[in-house]
Parts: sequence; C-alpha cells; structure tokens
Amino acid sequence: MSKKENTITPPPDTMEKEYSTLNLGPTHPATHGIFQNVLKMDGETIHDAVPTLGYIHRAFEKLAERRPYAQVTPITDRLNYCSSPINNMGWHMTVEKLLKAEIPKRAEYMRVIVMELSRIADHIICNTIIGQDTGATTGFLYLFQWREHIYDIFEGICGARLTTNIGRIGGFEHEWSQTVWDRIDSFLKKFPKELTEFNNLLERNKIFMDRTIKCGPISSERALEYGFTGPNLRAAGVDYDVRVATPYSSYQDFEFVIPVGTGGDTYDRFTVRQEEMWQSLSIIKQAIKNMPGGPTHADIPDFFLPPKQEVYNNMEALIYHFKIVMGETEIPVGEVYNCVEGGNGELGFYLISDGGRTPFRLHFRRPCFIYYQAYPEMIRGGLLSDAIITMSSMNVIAGELDA
Amino acid sequence: MSKAHLDKVNEKLQAKFEGAILSAELLYDFPVFTVKTEQIHELLSFLKADPELNFHFLTDITGMQTADEKQLGVIYHLHNMHSNIRIRLKTFFDINKPEIDTATDLWPCANWMERETYDFFGVRFKGHPNLKRILNVDEMDIFPLRKEYPLEDQTREDKEDKMFGR
Repeated sequence: MSKKENTITPPPDTMEKEYSTLNLGPTHPATHGIFQNVLKMDGETIHDAVPTLGYIHRAFEKLAERRPYAQVTPITDRLNYCSSPINNMGWHMTVEKLLKAEIPKRAEYMRVIVMELSRIADHIICNTIIGQDTGATTGFLYLFQWREHIYDIFEGICGARLTTNIGRIGGFEHEWSQTVWDRIDSFLKKFPKELTEFNNLLERNKIFMDRTIKCGPISSERALEYGFTGPNLRAAGVDYDVRVATPYSSYQDFEFVIPVGTGGDTYDRFTVRQEEMWQSLSIIKQAIKNMPGGPTHADIPDFFLPPKQEVYNNMEALIYHFKIVMGETEIPVGEVYNCVEGGNGELGFYLISDGGRTPFRLHFRRPCFIYYQAYPEMIRGGLLSDAIITMSSMNVIAGELDA
Repeated sequence: MSKAHLDKVNEKLQAKFEGAILSAELLYDFPVFTVKTEQIHELLSFLKADPELNFHFLTDITGMQTADEKQLGVIYHLHNMHSNIRIRLKTFFDINKPEIDTATDLWPCANWMERETYDFFGVRFKGHPNLKRILNVDEMDIFPLRKEYPLEDQTREDKEDKMFGR
C-alpha cells in the first residue's frame, strides 16, 4: 500500500483552524508573582496573549493622599519590593526637590551605596530566576544567599530587610554602625568570586545560550515606542540610564560603564544585568574610597527627629518632635517630577503639593507597568516555554505592576 | 533643563498653535505647558514628529482633579532623549464632559496609561482601542481617585477628623 492511500482527506469545510485557550496564571509557579495571561495557543505556539492586571492592586496613590510625607515612604517599599531602598531614596529625593533642600555629600554617597547594593539584589533575583526557568537551579541556590547578605546590611542600617523604609527625607537618621561597614567590606570581598562562578555557569553555556538567544526579542525602536527603560531598554541597544542622563545623588562623581546589548532578547537582558552588577560593585568601592566626612542629614529640622535627650530638655526640639510625629510639617506649594534609575527602569514620582500636610496628588511612574504592555508582542509566535523565560527576564514585579 | 529650553519649545509651539497654549512656565526647573484640550492630539503629534523638538519618548500619562473639584486634568510627560529635555503638558476640562483624544496611535505605550487614567478618574479617551478598567474590578461603578470619594468610610461616626487629615 502506498503512503498516499493511507492519508485521510477530510471535507474542506471541516478544516477551519481552531485555537485553544490556556490560562497562564494567576498563581502559576513559573510566573513568580500574580500574573495572569490568557493565551491563545496553536499547539504549543502562542498566537496571542491578553494580560490581566490588578490582582494585588492596593490603591497606593489614594493612600498617599491621606498620609504625611514621611509616612508615604513605607508605601514606596511595596512597589518594587525586590529593590525597596531605591524606591525609598527616590521618594526622599522627590520631597527634597520640593523643599529645595541641600543634601550633604556624605549622605548622598551613603545613598549611592544603599541604592547600588539593592540594584545588585534586584539583579540577583532576576538573573538567577532566568537560570531557574531554563532549568539551571544551581545558580539560583548559590547566588540567592548573597541577596540575604545584602539584606543583612540593610538590617544593620535600618532594622528591616525586605520592606526597608530606609533613610529619612534629608538623609539618614544616624551614622551607620561599624558592623554595617564590616558587612559591606566582607560582601565586597567575597561576592565577586561567587558572581564569577555564576557567570561561568551560564554566560557561555551552550545550552543556556541556545535557550535564550533570540527568545522574546524586541527592537530598539519598538522598545522606545513601548516606553521601555532600564536594563530592558539597554539590552535593546539604547544607552539610556537616568544615573547618567540626569545625575542625582552625586552619581556624576562616579565612573561607571553603561552596558548595552544588541538584540533585545532574553540573553542580552541577562548579560546586561550581569555586567551592571559588576558596575554596581565598582561604584560601591568608589563611594567607600572617596567617602566624605560631615553630617548624614540635611539641615531641615522639619524632617529630622531631634536626639531624644534634646526632646526631653529643650523646648524647640520637643516642638519639632511633635510636629514630625503628627505630620504637621510645612510644605511649599508646587509640583515636581523626579526620577531615579530603579532596578528595572526609570521610576518616576510626580508629586503635586497644595501646601497641605499630605500630597494633593502623587503618581508613581512604574517602569514595569509601562513596558509589560509589550509582552504579548514579544511572545507572539514563540513557544510557551519561551514565554516563561521572557517574562522572568523582563523583571516584571507584581507589586510595582499593580501599585 | 532651563529657561532656554522652555523658550525654545514655547516659540515653536506659539508659531504653530497660536491660542492653544494657555500658559508656559518653569516649575522646579521643569518646562510646563498648559494647553487646550481640543488640540492635544495635534500638539502631541507635532512635538513627536518635529525633527528639532523630537519628543519621541512618552514617559508618562496621568490624571488629576483640580482643587475646586470641577475640572479634571490629564498630564503628559514627554522626553527627548537625544538632547535630554523633558517637558510636561497639562490640559484641563470639565468634569461632566471628560473627553480627550487618545495618544495610542502615536505611542503604543499610551494604551495602559490611558486605561489607568480612565480607571481612576473616568477620563474617556476618544479613539482608544480598548478603554476599560485595568487595575480595579470591572464591576466598580465609581472613579476612585476623584476627590469626592474619600479614602475612609464616611458613614463612620467614631472618628473625628477635624484636627488631622484632609
């Protein structure tokens, strides 16, 4: 019997193409957060995707309208909770911009250390999870403990680990203890070796490269149209970094390289983050080496709790203490937009003040809320397994996405 | 960003859209333009397409309500990455007729930003391909960021808010 006779030819009107619908999420273990995507599948190929948002929406912008300025900081913790200190610092700097406060160099350098440490923590999470999703569990287990060491440093500075509420408007509430400096030193000494090991494990690994190159790519033009910022935009080949474009917190004093990718695919996003970790380490070293002396807080008594001794013995200090705790501080009328380079892009704060004790309107420009829109376009035509690693390489954080 | 940038953009806009620019000022070193709602789409496409201004990157779209609660506003942040200039466009309209042209045909990223603005303020973007709620539940029948909806339950009588809070 020839092969031809064996094939069945169904009548032409039964040949209509059909897609199957697949719900990826909201609580799928591979999506690392509460994301839902309703996928239209053609076999194992993705034909279309519709993301659903808002599963952990907590109305931060509304909450902020009833909170005094200092009490908004804990809200910002919960945006991108993988790098809370950057969010905290971004908010502090927004208020300082409104107050036109001048921050001492020492406080700015200390902020740079904290921000770069949390950038490393953020990138550790993202990059190890890309490895985890491609099947390389080893890197995840090895490098994740270094995130714990970074959290130990934060714990020494402010007492909290994940949702930090680190620093104050104007700088830091007190000088860091010797333990903190020792922990930073030991981190700087030991971490590079482990990072190199992780790098060797994945960066030139044939399996990993085959898996990630040309997976979920986006061109630089499309990335700009979609409002990409941060490592994802740089992976697509645009060298835009807020730290360089509009330096804040003395970033102009440091020398560092902005790594840029070419293809905008998962591999480029991975390597850009990998290189950024090295650059962050170098920035921290420079900051420690050139650390200036002086106060750690700006001269804005409205936002700096006076020492307890003075509160008990000095009337002015007592008044300030009361005013700060009750949130009855004087704020100028105005509107500012301030942005910082967050773990996954340009994190902006648009603040309108009418002179009241709370913001009149506060809007967070959340980077991943804006670039997550490109996700359906990036995974269209690819495999389901590629969609998973594309999402983890985009570093979409549920808390920031849903605010 | 400085006065020179403000003047440069203002000059170009005044030449092209006389009467549409209600005010141009520098707020905290940030050029801010208040413009008429009817011409917002033409303005945005001009700012994007003009080779000299080249505001090719849409940083943000958000909404606000004015203090007298009678008007809603939409605020655009645009960015020219090559010369590193940012501007802010503000436009206000009556709260009873909250309609404005969409920017989704200029920037695909405007899609969710406008949906978010609709979700929280009820601004209807004309021509938006999929204008529905994004963060709140579909069944919600209020626009929660408007000032008429206070954060706490207003039927409570055990809390005296006269001294503290709005």
